[in-house]
Amino acid sequence: MSVLTTNETTAKRSSPQQRRPMKTPYPTWFHIPAAILYIVLFAIPTFASFYFSLTRWTLFDVHFIGLDNFVQFFQERQLVQGFIDTFIYAVVTSGSKVVLGFALGMLLTGPIIGRGYLRSVIFFPVLVSTIGVGLTFSVLLDPFNGVVNQVLATIGIQGPGWLTDPKMALLTVAAIDIWKGLGIATLIYIAGIVAIPQEYYEAAKVDGASSWELFRNITLPLARPATVTVVILSLIGGLRSFDLIWATTGGGPGFSSDVIASVIYKQYQAGFYGLSTAGNVVLFLVVAAIVVPLNIFLNRKGAAE
Amino acid sequence: MTHPHPMRTAVVAILAGSALALTGCAGPASNSPNASAAPVEITYMTWSDATATAQATKLIAAFQAENPNIKVTVDANPGGADGDNLVKTRLATGEMSDVFQYNSGSLLQALNPTSTLLDLSGESWAANVDDNFKASVTSGKGMYGAPTGTVQAGGIIYSKKIYDKLGLKVPTTWAEFMDNNKAIKAAGITPVFQAYGDSWTSQLIVLADYANVASSDPAWASSYTANKRTFSTSPAFDSFQHLQDLHDAGYFNKDFASAKNDNAIKALADGTAAQYPMLTQVALPNLKQNFPAALNDFGIFPVPPTDAANEALTLWEPNALYIPKSTTGAKLDAAKKFVAFFNSDKGCALQNETEPGGPYAISSCKLPSTVAPMVTDVQTWVTKSKAGPALEFLSPVKGPNLASILVEVGSGITPAKTAAAAYDQDVKKQAQQLGLPGW
Repeated sequence: MSVLTTNETTAKRSSPQQRRPMKTPYPTWFHIPAAILYIVLFAIPTFASFYFSLTRWTLFDVHFIGLDNFVQFFQERQLVQGFIDTFIYAVVTSGSKVVLGFALGMLLTGPIIGRGYLRSVIFFPVLVSTIGVGLTFSVLLDPFNGVVNQVLATIGIQGPGWLTDPKMALLTVAAIDIWKGLGIATLIYIAGIVAIPQEYYEAAKVDGASSWELFRNITLPLARPATVTVVILSLIGGLRSFDLIWATTGGGPGFSSDVIASVIYKQYQAGFYGLSTAGNVVLFLVVAAIVVPLNIFLNRKGAAE
Repeated sequence: MTHPHPMRTAVVAILAGSALALTGCAGPASNSPNASAAPVEITYMTWSDATATAQATKLIAAFQAENPNIKVTVDANPGGADGDNLVKTRLATGEMSDVFQYNSGSLLQALNPTSTLLDLSGESWAANVDDNFKASVTSGKGMYGAPTGTVQAGGIIYSKKIYDKLGLKVPTTWAEFMDNNKAIKAAGITPVFQAYGDSWTSQLIVLADYANVASSDPAWASSYTANKRTFSTSPAFDSFQHLQDLHDAGYFNKDFASAKNDNAIKALADGTAAQYPMLTQVALPNLKQNFPAALNDFGIFPVPPTDAANEALTLWEPNALYIPKSTTGAKLDAAKKFVAFFNSDKGCALQNETEPGGPYAISSCKLPSTVAPMVTDVQTWVTKSKAGPALEFLSPVKGPNLASILVEVGSGITPAKTAAAAYDQDVKKQAQQLGLPGW
């Protein structure tokens, strides 16, 4: 997140129209409280973590071992699986949130009955604690005693082990994540679609445009800022996702739904502090390497239009 | 608890550093001259499950009645890897509870006891402690723990009723065990229950096989610590293969992937499952609390070895009470009293109320005159001298991912050979973290 926000603000500041001289009516020392917070809580820990990632660290003593942690981290058997799972998870959740969020956004800005109520219903899952959602779903999706499979059984379908079948576990968690996070995506799309001036639609209708043409040539391109926001937010969320996976499967069965964050968490639990810090540095670099170029690309394309 | 982040880890580092500095300055400043008369409040950390909480409540009530000046409050430890993390972090930051209960053996070694815990070898009760237990709480020069509860055994808990009904004999080799399983399955009963919903339960077949390994190679543990033995080769590999054999033969309950330990105990009590690899101290209190009528229907035998000559029962030393070095002054005196109370006559009587899972590790506590048949089985093996401690009490090397790796074997996701090699890799990290020579 912090990567994103700093990037956006710097991008804005350096754009030619908005560049202003540094002169403000406030003295420089007004910045000090914020600067102290930033340095103590962000800058020092970040650089400390780069150092600790190069050590074997027991919290009691530190033993410098160079890049061994990174070598070890990339040899982890679960890690390859974890990387693949992380990308699948991020792409599936992000893509679904864009498509479903857009569809729901269109629906909930249209002239339908109970619009306010439906907007609330879509948004409610966002308000519930992730751990609570995870535990609830792990009860609902229990392969033998869960409500879902019992309902399926009454119509003669033998439901799968949603969270216990190694082939399904990750996708099931992704589906729960989509259910839970869709409200935010829809909200952003609603705001984006409502902000499109009505004059465009009126003018297009005068020219005889069909509903599809209105959607294709007005709504879709002009809701682009909303799409960019949803893609970036949900992709970062997906890449770093941890709590929902931990509450539903704990990375299991075995290691089949482990993502990078849960691999790191397990190493931290095991007391491999240096190794898990190295993992966090890797995760930081991976997220930055994906999101920064994507952000630049999407924003540049948006500005060009 | 939620998103691990590069920042988060480092914040912990900074906080840890400053907290250590703070505790360095604080020290015995609060030591007032009339400390003995003034009321003292100490904290006691124990596991937050129902059995442990009930036991702690009873013991604390009795202790406070005897020492009206001391008030004990409970800190909860969630258990599992989260609990380990909590204990390590609080010890490192000098904010540990005044007394805490924790595992003995390899998990204790990971706490770096020589620099974090108080040496208790000079306490009056220390002379009564059994040698095997003493070894499991000793590191370097000091002895750091007082036993809580009994020694327990890990093995195959079986229904004597079903064995009688089907005319089966207690097996002495793996082949005989598999024959029994075949007969049990033919009778429409689940031969072996597995509960991977609680993934730690997957480890029993492997961990409780260690006494067999030790009978065939008595130096296995020390060679293992020196990186001269692995789980990829016999005799230790056999148990990985055995777990796979059970899965391949379809001897598990159909909900093995989602079932929890409580389901396993229920299935045993209902008679829908015949055998469950488990620890006595886990199974007995649960049976007593939930199915008291079935308590006497169960016995235990060792995980059957490949060769009958090596058969031995694997024992787990009890958990222990520890006092961190951060406890000082009047609180330290109160903490020492509390630890001593645990194995006093009154403390022992209270411990006996929770169903004991085997003999005590301290001579001041005696088992009640009547015990569950499972405990009699354990005592038989101990008396025959065909019982030995689990690997975690003989070697500090234990990989953190064993439970997940064995869930994969038992679920048929990974073959035994690959899994054993993966575990050998997992162990290497732990050994390096502990700074052991030879890794």
